[in-house]
Amino acid sequence: MTFVRAVWLITRKDLLIEARSKEILLTTLFFSVSCVLVFAFGFVREGRAVENAAAGILWIAIAFSGTLALGRAFERERQSETLRALMIAPIPRPALYLGKLLGIVLLLAAVEAIVVPLVSLMFQAPLFAYPWLTVGLLATGTIGFAAVGTMFAAMLVRARSRDVLLPVLLYPITIPVIIAGVRGTAALLQAEVDLPMARLWLSMLVFFDVVFVTLALWTFEPVMTE
Amino acid sequence: MNKLFVPLAVVAAAMFVYAPFMILAAPYESTMGLVQKIFYFHAPIGMTMFMSAFVCGIGSAIFLFTRRPGADRVAVAAAELTAILGIIVLVTGPLWARKAWGVWWEWDARLTSSLVLWLIFEAYLLLRRYGGPGSDRLAAGVAIFGMANVPFVYWSVNVWRTMHPKTSVVPTLLPGMRGPFWFCFLAFTIFYVLTLHLRTRLEKRRAELEAVYLATEE
Repeated sequence: MTFVRAVWLITRKDLLIEARSKEILLTTLFFSVSCVLVFAFGFVREGRAVENAAAGILWIAIAFSGTLALGRAFERERQSETLRALMIAPIPRPALYLGKLLGIVLLLAAVEAIVVPLVSLMFQAPLFAYPWLTVGLLATGTIGFAAVGTMFAAMLVRARSRDVLLPVLLYPITIPVIIAGVRGTAALLQAEVDLPMARLWLSMLVFFDVVFVTLALWTFEPVMTE
Repeated sequence: MNKLFVPLAVVAAAMFVYAPFMILAAPYESTMGLVQKIFYFHAPIGMTMFMSAFVCGIGSAIFLFTRRPGADRVAVAAAELTAILGIIVLVTGPLWARKAWGVWWEWDARLTSSLVLWLIFEAYLLLRRYGGPGSDRLAAGVAIFGMANVPFVYWSVNVWRTMHPKTSVVPTLLPGMRGPFWFCFLAFTIFYVLTLHLRTRLEKRRAELEAVYLATEE
């Protein structure tokens, strides 16, 4: 079986389960909408959002709901030991990682497809004035967050207190993603749009993705081997 | 290292006794005055902390790919030291900042990246402590990710905002200030190596004790 095919089969399995149960998609989606709502109560004064709050709210919602989705996606693999079955399967371990990563990224993309327009509407944020840059920031940011998250969630499957350890490990490591996402998006939303700044953050996110996906592919096998 | 331990400990102790006199004799900084003296401890500890983080990351990488238990012991010792040095840096920093900038905390590159680094190593220790069996390998993965993360955090916070005296402050120090600074840095480095050695040895003894317990049970 080729590498690419193994990756696709893992992703397809996750998407199929999700398409049938919609468990993670719906819970994550409603969680992120509630998140936006909670932040709205914190950052809306006299009917208008505090300046530049939209970018922060959007990225915090993505990070929080991403953590939830990662936890659930691997909790599902823990029940009836299906992760062990995947590890026994005659496929390269990095393919397993990439397959899970792709599944999480697609899931989060589906959530973002709802949450981003919602934030744009509710906070009068012109998120689609520069659609390519916005999509680029969201895509690279989500991949970076999910690249670290998939690695940590996978290795925590066997650990005790995994629910609380996942965010504890994940947030400090993904701080560059959050900063780049928030600042890059804010550069597009401010009164004087700062395109070079947004591009700078976008290139930093691309760099982050490359480094951390490579690192995860490299360390996945020794970390996951019992 | 075992033979060098006592002489080095004596040297480090002597250096720490002499350091306050040297710092006292150093010239006063023109704008900050007396409070600037905290720099002679704060900056070397900060540098030792970043060094310790890299020791932990490299130890973890060696452990992960060769499964040498010795590398893991060095990594856990370095992680604990990073956490302790981090607390010292994060306490002395705001003390200085309160006097120099008028605020306890500023979201500047150096401060924020120290805080993030400290959080990563606290997370590492939490994982080792509460992660259950096999958490040594998982923690090694975290340490490698954490080490790779340092330049990203530093760069991103740096672009985000900056206020801390630049790294270039060290070469531009007055000649009278440079001496005590490097003296303290050397003292802390020796102290760091000694503590790292002690802590690693403790971990080794612990593993040996564990092995003896297992052997007697059988």
